Amino acid sequence: MRMRTIVTIMILSLLILSSLTAQVAIKGETVYTMSGAPITNGVVLIKGNKIERVGPASQVQIPNGYKILSGKVVTPGLVDAHSVVGLAGMLNQTHDQMQLEKSEPMQPELRAIDAYNAREALVEWLRNMGVTALHTGHGPGALASGTTIVVKTVGGTINEALIDSGMVAFTLGESVSQNFRSPGTSAKSVAMIRTEFLKTQDYLKRKGNKDPEKRPAIDLKMEMLARVLSGQTKVLFTAQKATDIMSALRLAKEFGFKMVLDGAAEAYLVMDEIKKAGIPVILHPTMVRPGGDTRNVSMETAAALQKKGIPFAIQSGYEGYVPKTRLVLYEAAIAASNGLSFQEALASITIGAARIIGVDKRVGSLEPGKDGDVAVFDGDPFEYTSHVCGVVVNGQVVSETCR
Amino acid sequence: MHQRRLWIFLFLIIVTSLAFAQEIPQVFRGATVYPIDGEPIQDGTLIVQGGKVVALGKTGSVAVPSNAVIHDVKGKVLMPGLVDTHSHIGDGSGGDRSNALHPDVRILDAIDVRSKGFRKALAGGITTVNVMPGSGHLMSGQTAYLKIRPANTIYDMLFCSDPVNGICGGMKMANGTNSIGEKPFPGTRAKSAALVRQLFLKAQDYQVKVKSAAGNPDKMPKRELEMEALVQVLEGKRVVHHHTHRHDDIMTVLRLAKEFGFRVVLQHVSEAWKVAKEIAEAGVPASIILIDSPGGKLETTDIRNENGVELDRAGALVGFHTDDGITDSRLFLRMAALAVRAGMSRTKALEGMTIAGAKMLDLGDRVGSLTPGKDADFLVLSGDPFSVYTHVEQTWVEGNKMFDRANPEDHEMAVGGYDVFRRSLYLDACEGGAE
Repeated sequence: MRMRTIVTIMILSLLILSSLTAQVAIKGETVYTMSGAPITNGVVLIKGNKIERVGPASQVQIPNGYKILSGKVVTPGLVDAHSVVGLAGMLNQTHDQMQLEKSEPMQPELRAIDAYNAREALVEWLRNMGVTALHTGHGPGALASGTTIVVKTVGGTINEALIDSGMVAFTLGESVSQNFRSPGTSAKSVAMIRTEFLKTQDYLKRKGNKDPEKRPAIDLKMEMLARVLSGQTKVLFTAQKATDIMSALRLAKEFGFKMVLDGAAEAYLVMDEIKKAGIPVILHPTMVRPGGDTRNVSMETAAALQKKGIPFAIQSGYEGYVPKTRLVLYEAAIAASNGLSFQEALASITIGAARIIGVDKRVGSLEPGKDGDVAVFDGDPFEYTSHVCGVVVNGQVVSETCR
Repeated sequence: MHQRRLWIFLFLIIVTSLAFAQEIPQVFRGATVYPIDGEPIQDGTLIVQGGKVVALGKTGSVAVPSNAVIHDVKGKVLMPGLVDTHSHIGDGSGGDRSNALHPDVRILDAIDVRSKGFRKALAGGITTVNVMPGSGHLMSGQTAYLKIRPANTIYDMLFCSDPVNGICGGMKMANGTNSIGEKPFPGTRAKSAALVRQLFLKAQDYQVKVKSAAGNPDKMPKRELEMEALVQVLEGKRVVHHHTHRHDDIMTVLRLAKEFGFRVVLQHVSEAWKVAKEIAEAGVPASIILIDSPGGKLETTDIRNENGVELDRAGALVGFHTDDGITDSRLFLRMAALAVRAGMSRTKALEGMTIAGAKMLDLGDRVGSLTPGKDADFLVLSGDPFSVYTHVEQTWVEGNKMFDRANPEDHEMAVGGYDVFRRSLYLDACEGGAE
């Protein structure tokens, strides 16, 4: 009796597992693989949770039993290079706003995995709109607000959603001074960051002491900054104004940490410096409101970065009020109507974004062996009048409704 | 001082040269024209003169005056200037926190005509705008209907001729959580309605006293600014623009409008899809806002972009607004595309951006369509009005080119850049709780 129950359960689980990882074929009049030229009348085959084959319909036979999705345009699942969704929620109430701890300005030890709500309504909304991977975590607004994560927009828990560790989120700018009594100025902010890194260097030195008695007690903050100094973890440095961008570049050089520049509203003023530093940019949402640190924002910065040959992605960013997230698809669309080509704009929210957040081996393009993450559209994805009509994440069809 | 003189001098030069240019007919030939009062015209010819639309028709079917300046706009799209029924541009403010009801307060006393907000609006194709006071009151004050003309003072932008005693705008009201707060603000929805009813009852009394005085100055009640404005509302001369989100709050507005017989335009109407039939049956127009991403305000969690199509299906008049800085004036046209995405017809969406809004501001005979005799407010678009790739190339107001994307300064206004929005309203509006 017991044995039979166990066998039944095993068979049932196998059945459930196989239905979850059903084989899917996605047909598109145009398939933007982002790993080569677009394919006219293309097919993407997904087996299990990985892409099996990609090619023109004339060369790729859809085997029997594959579930078929089709649409005018097929793209990789969209990758949002920087968000706070999952820590920040739709309702904008105390209980769903966990993106910024204001007790101290420097808390790199705060981990996004301890705060990410995989069932947040905004995660579901983004997923249904074609966003399949999300670099999210503590937001801008503190000198160091926490450590970010990369998740898929599926799963009921952080463990199911998580695909990679992220970066330590740093910020310079007015927003920091608004959240804390000190630092009250940009110069003080830089001094405080330098002091913490000097402390970390000392911590590391003491940690290396041969005499265990003389080693320091484990300090979470120092441990995280030590990871930054050793190059194990990158810094996601939010700096909008040219002066703050320059400070961030100077700090990276002084302490030798690896950095991704975030926000960068005035990047167009210091293009040569960013290029010379060889640092990629996760650009602010194109439609960010021109106020505060972003008052000098331009819709043409994405095109300027492209022209300069600086690797960049377009993010959804952080929003304090209405709306509570943005969709990178729409943000890239505005960049596409302001000097960026269609393919370049699409790259900034797929493969380009995946590279900068370090998950391009798994997501961002439609290639055999990569995750089965696909978005299907009934027209030009950048047009408001087009709809997202299908979304596949890890080989599972998560939405078939046109929205 | 010297700079100020120079500014005025330049302004006068511009105005006189514009006035001179007005007399020569201008012809815009070859574009696809959306006149709004009729079917789109392929290869159309639009003739404007003296700040008015003189003629519109298929190229060849309209007589072109021999002295006309010809603008070749082949491949472009022409449509009327957009009407934004609810905006906070102009760096103005309305009632303060001393009271929840400020019918006496006029936004026109506080608008800065040099605010960059107006130039941003032009960059987005907006030519007529209802600038609202507020937010955060049951009644934030009197709104101002403005035409974005070249302006040295507020008088250059008004539609009305008498800024002191005339009707120069509507009356901004709000309900729901927007106007709830510490005393003297109401703490609940029912209290909100009671405060409004009490004030309107008082206004009805005042109205009776004025009527029974029958023009006799000795019998007239003492002048009261609050009452005078509310009598205009009761007489249907001043339209109420009512911020409202939830279905039950929408019903409260309809109930108040019926009780006191005032004319109202519903603004935002986030849950319109739940009570579209009731709105249409009440004959009340709705100006909606559509956003491309969700969240941020608890009361609007149930907002749907289907509001446009649902209201239209039910038979209500549907317009749109930016609520700038909630949405960006420069991207206003994209709202029509969002409405179409959610099922609204292209025709109705374009009407919503133009003539429907004009009607809601009682300006339907002046603006909102390219009907001969109406103001020559129109846009030259690079392509389809609903496409993200389309730019507003030129914005013309009463026959004057007020925005030209080919001009580097105007281009910067459209896309942003260093110090472009030094005195922009965006942040002020957000901090002031505009919604």
